[in-house]
Amino acid sequence: MNRPTTDHAALADKFNENEPRVNWHDETLWWVRAKRDRQAWSIPEWEQLRETASQIKLNVLGNLHDYLIQFEQQAQQNGAVVHWAADAAEHNRIVTEILKKHDVKRMVKSKSMLTEECHLNPHLQANGIEVIDTDLGERIVQLAEEPPSHIVLPCIHKKKEEIGELFHEHLGTPAGNADPQFLTAAARQHLRKEFLQSKAAITGVNFAVAETGEMVVCTNEGNADMGAHLADVHIACMGIEKIIPQRKHLGVFLRLLARSATGQPITTYSSHFRQPAPGRELHIVIVDNGRSRQLGREDFRNSLKCIRCGACMNTCPVYRRSGGHSYHTAVAGPIGSILAPNLDMRDYADLPFASTLCGSCSNVCPVKIDIHQQLYKWRQVLVQEGHTSGMKTAGMKMMNAVLSKPGNYKKAGKMGRWVLRAFPGMVNNRFNPWFKQREMPAPPAQSFSEWYAQQQSTKK
Amino acid sequence: MTIKIATTVKVGLFIPCYIDQFYPQVGIATLQLLQKLGCEVEYPQGQTCCGQPMANSGYEHLTHQCNSLFVRNFAAYDYIVGPSGSCVLHIKEHLHDPAHEPAAAGIRERIYELTAFLTDILKVTALPARFPHKVGLHQSCHGQRGLGLAQMSELVAAPFSKPEQLLRMVAGLELVELDRKDECCGFGGTFCVTEEAVSVKMGKDRVTDHVKHGAEVITGTDVSCLMHMEGILRRQHQPVKVMHIAEILNQQIP
Amino acid sequence: MSSREQILAAVKKNQPDTAALPSLQGLAGDMPSTPEAYRKVLESLGGSLFEITDAAQVPALLAQHYPHLERVVFADDKREWVNEDPHRLENVDMAVVTGQWGVAENGAIWLTENDIAVRVLPFICQHLAIILPRERILATMHNAYEKIGAPQTGFGVFIAGPSKTADIEQSLVLGAHGAKSLVVFVLG
Repeated sequence: MNRPTTDHAALADKFNENEPRVNWHDETLWWVRAKRDRQAWSIPEWEQLRETASQIKLNVLGNLHDYLIQFEQQAQQNGAVVHWAADAAEHNRIVTEILKKHDVKRMVKSKSMLTEECHLNPHLQANGIEVIDTDLGERIVQLAEEPPSHIVLPCIHKKKEEIGELFHEHLGTPAGNADPQFLTAAARQHLRKEFLQSKAAITGVNFAVAETGEMVVCTNEGNADMGAHLADVHIACMGIEKIIPQRKHLGVFLRLLARSATGQPITTYSSHFRQPAPGRELHIVIVDNGRSRQLGREDFRNSLKCIRCGACMNTCPVYRRSGGHSYHTAVAGPIGSILAPNLDMRDYADLPFASTLCGSCSNVCPVKIDIHQQLYKWRQVLVQEGHTSGMKTAGMKMMNAVLSKPGNYKKAGKMGRWVLRAFPGMVNNRFNPWFKQREMPAPPAQSFSEWYAQQQSTKK
Repeated sequence: MTIKIATTVKVGLFIPCYIDQFYPQVGIATLQLLQKLGCEVEYPQGQTCCGQPMANSGYEHLTHQCNSLFVRNFAAYDYIVGPSGSCVLHIKEHLHDPAHEPAAAGIRERIYELTAFLTDILKVTALPARFPHKVGLHQSCHGQRGLGLAQMSELVAAPFSKPEQLLRMVAGLELVELDRKDECCGFGGTFCVTEEAVSVKMGKDRVTDHVKHGAEVITGTDVSCLMHMEGILRRQHQPVKVMHIAEILNQQIP
Repeated sequence: MSSREQILAAVKKNQPDTAALPSLQGLAGDMPSTPEAYRKVLESLGGSLFEITDAAQVPALLAQHYPHLERVVFADDKREWVNEDPHRLENVDMAVVTGQWGVAENGAIWLTENDIAVRVLPFICQHLAIILPRERILATMHNAYEKIGAPQTGFGVFIAGPSKTADIEQSLVLGAHGAKSLVVFVLG
């Protein structure tokens, strides 16, 4: 078998060992989905807004080359230093060099899924630079030495008691205190110290405007701003697909982003960084890491429209019941399952199959990515490219042999139903995954086609 | 009782393989219902499967023979009607036959899921049916989101539901409200065995929603979803029954 | 070939045919731009709102509603604090700034570097007050970007409510890293 030894199904199986916890995870995220619905319904033009956003992003994909150059020129005129990274390793190297040049040993970073994708933190650590994640959820998973399980709600898999324990151990809060208000206040105090001491700050980028060379960063906590405005050096890391054409298009995306993500009308802070403050440095690292390759895949390029709201995760019935870590990639859930195979087909061959193709993801997507259609198409590609087990292929060929010939089908059906009736134990056993928690359908003596043939002959 | 429609339409009855083998009563109810509504119905013998189980597993390239067979069986009919949103959607989206592409395209146009055929083509406004029970409607995803049988909870749009519209014509039937009116049940084709844990958990949660709201019968437009939920209900020894919507719409008034 | 050239060449080769940009007309619908509509949303975000007729009313109202303020900074009163090391603004209890535009649909207020004097001010202060002229409340973000136009300064921000987080079990907590509370004074 070509698949990784621990795939989504196995990890999800483990996640499901604790059913009350699965219920809790599912209900928490469903609640976020319900909040999103309320916000969507507050805007009568919601569907038009989604369509507009999708079209703007389509325009971006078709003009990305020119927009990137325009953005670079504007950003340089604004006084920013622009770097280009072909892959994760180059991104990490560029960031490390900037930090080393300024002799930074410890620094703050606000949320950036790109730096997760590039595994920046371990790289910096190996170079003697300590990174403090400042988004509360990211700080929590960092203390727990885990990756985020959700792109917007990084510690959605953690219970407050577990967070209380972590804070007790790392931040010295009283044992047993798991009050969110109290724990947030403790984190505020702890992280204020970091903000005040950091000479450098890394942020992600939500939108990069080609027309103005500015970058918009959205947070609720204010951590990106606290970091960037207090540090001498601000490093903003962005994928090439973060570009939007003009400033006025921000109106469309800022209306959609937070409503889709967490069901709030807008994030508390939508910060527009254009020029470095006097005496400060602003570095922008533009990263490809497979994106230009995905751009060339006609069936999958629309995945680059993604604005990382996480709505597809919150609505996904599979994500809610398998947890983000089951996807073993930086971006989990439906969108992650269509992005990851582009990065590595072999490692992520399981992900497009971790879906029922129910289509809810495509319906909530604020930029109308046809996510479930792309999951279907990735399955075809992965099979064609040989990233599937020989056993499965053999099974499918056998299925085809039965189903493509009416004679074989009739014989097999009759035989199958007879076996089920005569020897139910042959099917109803622990080797049949259906039977583990479900009864098999009761096999009738006569199929529909047999019944129909009988009816027709009695008529005659 | 026969309801007259303007011109008799010739319907090719498409009975998906697992219905043929395991749920013949659904095929029978579909046939009788269509006949009752004035259609001339034929079931082409020699039909097997739409090819979806292979295609959804990534083996669409193996489905050519199934496709050719389907085209051969159904090209001649005014309409092709099947009691499964999922299989109908698969045909609509993926039926191709290089040797007979115009015929394949015609089938993709003229194939209907049963309830949509009833509401949109036959324009049924009354049904001679009675079913005095509390019924929970499971909105199967491929029918709902794929074929647009009902408004989807994710979209800001006017509410409608073709299956619900029909169920409301059945005397004595009481539809129960659900907490999550269109969440997936977790069947998902081969997903139900390859992702057994999540599949079952999704099914259990759907079943719980129906039971909690007092459904005596769970119905829907897809037997695959119902088979999955029935398997869970029976394992849990729940008294709740599962019936395809055709079986309910075909209930006689005594 | 540098990474820059390499990336740009790959993008050029792989990008699809260009598609026209859509019109943004008709997206704003008929959403209200009234102070009442603005208040409703702001309060849902955990902010509070007072209607005033004169900016001179602000100090008294602050004293009444925030009795324990020690250090209060007015952004348009650019005294020596503007030249301080911004890190020292950490002990500002209340910052009072004047906003340019308010957005009724989401409670956001647009501020630029000119309005806040020091970039970190509205984030590092413990509490934030924004004075917003009544006629500067707009319906939606589309209206806001029309008014704002091209960037005039190096930094600008929409602020909607106090800093907050729901990262711990989705329990909403006000006061994450930025201001713990936001009070808006609608003037006029």
